[in-house]
Amino acid sequence: MRLVRVGAGLPLLLLAVAGYFLFPEYLTLFTSLFILSVFALSYDLLQGHAGVVSLGHAVFFGTGAYTAAILARHGLEEPLLGLLAALLVSAALALVLTRIVVVGNDLTRLLVTLGVGFLVFEAANQARDLTGGADGLSDFTMGPVLGLFRFDFAGETAFFYSLAVLALVYFFLWRLAGSPFGLALRGIRENVRRMPAIGAPVRRHLATAYTISGGIAGLAGALLAQTSNFASLDMLGFERSAEVMMMATLGGTGSIPGVVLGATGLGYLKDALSAMSPKYWQLGIGIVLMLSVFVLRGGIAGAFTALLRRLRGRA
Amino acid sequence: MSGLISILADGIAYGMLLFLFSIGLSITLGLMRFINLAHGAFAMCGGYAAVVLLNGFGVPFLLTLPIAAVLTGAIGVVLEQLVIRRVYPMPELQQVLFSIGLAFAAGAVANILFGPQQQPMLLPDWLTTRVDLGVVEITGYRIFLILFGLVAAGALVALFNATLFGARVRAAVDNRRAAEGIGIHVTRLFAITFGLGAAFAGLGGALAVGFLGLDPTFPFKYLVLLLMVVAIGGPGSIAGSFVAAVALGAIDALFKYYVPEVGSFVIYGILVLMMVFFPKGLASRRAA
Repeated sequence: MRLVRVGAGLPLLLLAVAGYFLFPEYLTLFTSLFILSVFALSYDLLQGHAGVVSLGHAVFFGTGAYTAAILARHGLEEPLLGLLAALLVSAALALVLTRIVVVGNDLTRLLVTLGVGFLVFEAANQARDLTGGADGLSDFTMGPVLGLFRFDFAGETAFFYSLAVLALVYFFLWRLAGSPFGLALRGIRENVRRMPAIGAPVRRHLATAYTISGGIAGLAGALLAQTSNFASLDMLGFERSAEVMMMATLGGTGSIPGVVLGATGLGYLKDALSAMSPKYWQLGIGIVLMLSVFVLRGGIAGAFTALLRRLRGRA
Repeated sequence: MSGLISILADGIAYGMLLFLFSIGLSITLGLMRFINLAHGAFAMCGGYAAVVLLNGFGVPFLLTLPIAAVLTGAIGVVLEQLVIRRVYPMPELQQVLFSIGLAFAAGAVANILFGPQQQPMLLPDWLTTRVDLGVVEITGYRIFLILFGLVAAGALVALFNATLFGARVRAAVDNRRAAEGIGIHVTRLFAITFGLGAAFAGLGGALAVGFLGLDPTFPFKYLVLLLMVVAIGGPGSIAGSFVAAVALGAIDALFKYYVPEVGSFVIYGILVLMMVFFPKGLASRRAA
């Protein structure tokens, strides 16, 4: 486990850079996969590390996307400032919501997050002046990153911009997972009753995790809005929340490289199947999900660790 | 006044449908502790069965209802025996993933077979005519739905409270191990109740086509409402589900009509508040 954790970040980064040289015509697809990875990582901090499930994580993704888009519409064209604002707004929203999400068991959490998700979706749908309603927002332009790198038509800037954010988030979460705070989260996941006995403030830890997770999800949403020049209601919707749950779980909850692989793999599958027809994507994801419960319990990362263990056992 | 009654009738008819959709979910959650986010797919299945029978084969409307229910119930039993029963012992997250997958796949299959459009349904004349009730005129279909829902709820309550089968189910809900200890075949009970729940959802789906419409997004469109009915009514409680479904239907209709600006918020707001203040529902059979 430790080997997978420490060693996988660099090869993944090299793989991403190799993708730039090998498939220059697919840069937009790569960019969207990086963004999905950031989003899935943010969700995994909750589900994988703290063991808190949610069916409404897209709320923070969408909030970040709208924050970036609305700021750009009002003249704040520097993408990094937009990212920062999205991070703060989404984190603040998560902090407000954490009081009602942290209570209860898994089932009530699922229901509350589902309810909050639909509430925010309806709110965004009604606030037409701010969010553009069902049409979404596209009448904004992004300035060059740091005043230097313009978003170009081939998507090179977007590629490196989102890869840089992904790398930063990856590194941050990796450090976080190994920190005392990360260990405390894992303790909460494993046994929430015993944690107070060793003096760990469970509620405060969960609130912190939820706030960080919401902020990073907002970052991912802002990235998508900035690189695609579009923010719309489906970025807040239930399907996106369900998707991120699948990506994190299929990748292997609690394993940072596994979640990145899960997000890129499913993201690619979605792109390929949706090109035929959205219904084939839904059928495909449905079958993959049902099967995954039986054959891929630990996700991609779990299968990889099992493989490593078996290889070592033989040698 | 007559406006209010007609809106209330609308809401109550809607609530009856919600009750039929959700009763199976309530039983599976209470009895098997299985979070079935795909339960709406059974309702959709019943709806498509009714549409095909009515429009394709000219089967009379009243006859399509039992056929849709039996067909959906049979599909439910087969699914339960083949795969779903293997999912019961899994952690909640795996159950959620499995059932979301099932719901996605069911919607996609419906989309491939019938297309993404709304399905038309020609109701018989006696359901579309308006009936004069003295104060107010209501379409026959609303009255039919309300009566039907009352009968179904009554039958279910009788089944669970006055028969040996019902006593076994209640025993298994309250304490599975003790029930097995006194010789109740709980696994078989699970299969039968799962099929029964699916059949009621299928019946509700068949009834709903003329009222709510039918398209491949159906399993997710009513998911939140189904979960709410179960959560508020308390898993495993029929009377609780019935009250919750009718109340939610009526509240939804009233707010959507009188305060349309906030109409769509109210239901979700109630859900969040309920879960924060009454996380165990109003009438759960489980005290723990």
